[in-house]
Formats: sequence, structure tokens, C-alpha cells
Amino acid sequence: MAHLLLRHRDIPNLDQLDVYVKNGGFEAFKKAVTAMQPDAVTEEVKASGLRGRGGAGFPTGVKWSFIPKNITPHYVVANADESEPGTFKDREIMDFNPYQFLEGLAIASYAVQANLSFVYLRGEFYYLAKKLDACIAEMEKAGYLGDNLFGTGFSLRLRTHLGAGAYICGEETALLESIEGKRGQPRVRPPFPAVVGLYSKPTVINNVETLANLPYIVTNGAAGFRKFGTDKSPGVKIFSLSGNVNKPGNYELPLGATFRELIMGCGGGISDGRKLKGIMPAGASSSIIRVDDTNLDKVLDTTMDYENVQSVGSLLGSASVIIIDDSHSMDWVINKTVHFFKHESCGKCTPCRDGNYWMLHLVERIHEGHASAGDIQLLKTVANQVNGKCLCALGDFSTMAVTSALERFPEDFHVGQA
Amino acid sequence: MSLVEKYPEEVKAIFAKYPADKKRSAVMPLLYLAQREEGYVKKESMQEIAAMLDLDTTEVASIVGFYTLYHDEKAGKYRMQVCNDLPCALRGADKFLESLCGNLGIKVGETTPDGLVTLEAVMCLAACDKAPMFQLQDGDKVEYYENMTVDRTMELVEALKKGGKEIK
Repeated sequence: MAHLLLRHRDIPNLDQLDVYVKNGGFEAFKKAVTAMQPDAVTEEVKASGLRGRGGAGFPTGVKWSFIPKNITPHYVVANADESEPGTFKDREIMDFNPYQFLEGLAIASYAVQANLSFVYLRGEFYYLAKKLDACIAEMEKAGYLGDNLFGTGFSLRLRTHLGAGAYICGEETALLESIEGKRGQPRVRPPFPAVVGLYSKPTVINNVETLANLPYIVTNGAAGFRKFGTDKSPGVKIFSLSGNVNKPGNYELPLGATFRELIMGCGGGISDGRKLKGIMPAGASSSIIRVDDTNLDKVLDTTMDYENVQSVGSLLGSASVIIIDDSHSMDWVINKTVHFFKHESCGKCTPCRDGNYWMLHLVERIHEGHASAGDIQLLKTVANQVNGKCLCALGDFSTMAVTSALERFPEDFHVGQA
Repeated sequence: MSLVEKYPEEVKAIFAKYPADKKRSAVMPLLYLAQREEGYVKKESMQEIAAMLDLDTTEVASIVGFYTLYHDEKAGKYRMQVCNDLPCALRGADKFLESLCGNLGIKVGETTPDGLVTLEAVMCLAACDKAPMFQLQDGDKVEYYENMTVDRTMELVEALKKGGKEIK
């Protein structure tokens, strides 16, 4: 099947404007602006069932419909902060199929009537910011951005904003703070960004992959989009596959494909002939799925959509599937994840800031074999004190791997000799 | 020399990116500019940026402190930032980093005696399928080096010594 999102794998040089235009580029944006009312675009996206690809899976059209019309200006911000360990899909889209993403951003901007929209990139994506700046300049020159587009009254300008290394800025309110020139710390909600967002104005924040779906939806309609995926999770998804597999990489599959298709098919199976031990479908923020001889087929035959991954005790998230083989102990794995979250906690909420500090001490002690009898129970208690008690999801995420590893892999956690 | 004197066109372009009454948004790109030449943001630059944006210097310093790609101290000419987060570590990043330390004769966080390379361990860089990998931070620029081996990395270090960045 031809790719919908990773189209550059089928069409060479798709990152050049003339090649993109020759292959139908900007037809969807033109159709939206010249032949559709903004609300009709929103309705089509609602009907398509497109859900946010950044992790939360919230229906995109519904998100747009929260924007109040009587408060202006409106903004759209593309979330290109891609920082979840195990996720590297937005990077490939922006690098090789940038115009499809920018066209999606333009369509979203038209739907909510934003005249200035931003792309927020993580600071490490310096080269992608340069690339997108050049693409935006090309689009301006070709008349796809600017004033009175396609002879209508709609005007649009796009800007990139480069972060500077902070996982938390992928959280949408922290991201807005960062564009406003502040430390990236989450805001108290409500009010939600749809009402009080960038510069206190109504703002839609969508993930890069989410936006890259929009040209297809506008061109082919909701029904065309629903040809792929499941009823509740329509469309295709880019799965970032990493860890102990033979062929790590991005794979575009319909939502509802199985773990088997991804891991054994696309990924060529577990590397070095080892056994599959754990799957983290949502990156470091995952509850770890335990895989052993008793449930191997059940897990591999589980479909990867927003609903079904829950049946094996985890979530799909941004579909950053990390594979762990049986040479690794889970005490080492959560040592890595807690180290990450301790570093990335923004420090605003005490349970997350202090909780991760103590969790790191405990997991290090356990991993190094110095744990005392009460340490494992204490780790559970601290994780429980963090979960559900913070302004944003980072706190919760930091406990997912810890709690699930302790519960599902108890044999990997030992009290030390000390 | 102040940033405005040194980079007048770029400062103007940075301000033009944001709504005229939202100039505080310019703080991050201005900090990158301030870091371009010496790889860290000097106190004078923080003061200048604060004055341009009607902020306290402390506020600007807190932004430098919050984001990991800004630095307030001089380090090596290049910062070699190796990802050893979980997905990279599953593919041997810890061992790679350890070998680099051996080859460069420094520990993580240290700079080579010639002041060329500071070796750092960093969080996920969204290149998990191409581990081992690192980014090279050079002033306000960042470049990715993926699917690396210790040999190729040492080749890069040799090239950096001669002012280049090319490896075979």
C-alpha cells in the first residue's frame, strides 16, 4: 500500500516544492480556502474521526470546535517538540515530507481562522527549523502563504520557534509558556488553551503527525480517511519501533494492526535470537507489558489502536514501541526511565519534583544491590504519592513503568546484601 | 560588542517573528545568538537581552538555567552529547559512551585537555532507531551523528581538530 504520511518513501524529492505540487500538493488547502466554509472543514475532520497523534488520542475536530469565535485573534501551534523516549516519527515527516505537514498546519489555521501560526520545535531539531524556515519562504514566494490567499480574504503566516532542550515543553501549556519567552512550566487548567492559550488568546495545539493527515482528509473526505484503521481509531499511524528488534525504524500501518505485524513483520523479530520480555508501546511513559510463554500469542495478536492496547495493560500513546528482550532486568529498565523523568521534571509540582528525586535514589539502590527490605515497598508508596497529584501528566507518566515493573516482574527486584 | 551591534540584521529578524507587542517571545532566539561565538551566554549578554525585553537579568538567567541547551559556563569548543536513554541503551549506548570516555581519556562531563570536546550524556534525542548516536553542539548550532561507532567518532574528533566535520 502506498504511504499516506511517509509519502516521501514512494515519491523521491518530495521535500522540494515543485515535486510536492506536482503530486497534488496544496490542492487540499486551496479547496478548503476557496470552496469550504471554515466550519465545514472542522465538521469534515470531526466526521473523519481523526484523533491526536501526540499521545492523548483526543478527537482533533472536536478540539478545534472549542475555539470561541468572539475572542480574537486565534492561533494554531504545531507541536514538534517530539521528546518521548522511543518517538522519532515527526522528525521523519518534517525532514522528508515537510510540505504535507505545513499544508496540514495551513488547513488547521484556516479551519479556526488563525492568521499567524507557529511550529514549536525542540531545540535539538535545529536543522529541521532551518529546513522549515526555507520551506515557509518557498511557500510565501509561491503564494501559498501571505495575504488574500487564492484571491480570498484569508491571510496566513507561519513561524518556527525553537525550544532549547526540555521534555516538558511537549506538554501543551508548557509549550505555550516557552513561546511566550518563559520557562516551560505547565499552567493550571482550566482555562484550557482553546480559550486562553498563546498570548492569552484561543489556541489550538496539534501534533505534527496529526496535521500531516489533514490534506488527505480534505481531499478524500471523512469516508476516504475511514477506509483505514478501526471504527473508533480511524486512519493510519506511524509506529516508531526501537530497542531489541532486528529492524528498528518508523512504520506506517493502519491503526488496529497487531503487535505481531509490527514487531515480527516490519521489525524482523527480536534481535540476537533472544526472547521478547517486555513491550513499552508509549515510550518511557508506558506501563510495561509483560510477555512470556504463557501470553506471547495473546500479546502479539493484540491490535494496536487507542482502545485495545488497554486490554494488555498499557496504552498506545504516541505509538513509540520500545522492545525489551530477556537479557535485560526490569530494575535496570526503570532505573533508566526514572533517571529520565527526574531530569525532565520541571520542578513546579512538589510530588513530581521530590517524588522523582526519591524514586531515583530507590531504583539506583535496588539496581546496585543495596536495597533494604523496605525499599521496594517504599518505591511503590512514593510512586503512588506522585500519581494523580500534579498539574500535568509528566508526574503520572514517571510512575507508569515503575508501578507496572514492580507488579508484573517481581522476580527482577531483589533486596540487597547490604 | 553588544548583540545589536554585532548582529543587527539577525536581531531585527528575530523581533519580526513575533507580534510587535509580544517581544518577550524573542528571548530564546536571542539567547541562541548570544551563545553563538563562545558556546555559552555571558552575564553581559543576559543583561543586554533583559534590557531589550524589559525583563530582570535574573529572569533571563532562570531561562538559561531551565533549558539544557543554554549554558552559562565555558566548556569545550564542541559539546558531544551522547544519548544513553532507554531505547539507545537497549542498543548499546552505555557501552559506546564508556568506550568514548576511554578513547578520549576523560569522564562524562569533562573536557579534553586541548579544550576541543566536552563529553556529555543527555536524554532522548528522537533518534532511537539509529543508536548509538550523539549530537554535536557548537555555539548556537546542533548537528546529529547517527549509527555511530567509536572508530567513526574518533575520526570525527580528528576532523574537528583540523576545523572540519567530515567523516567517511
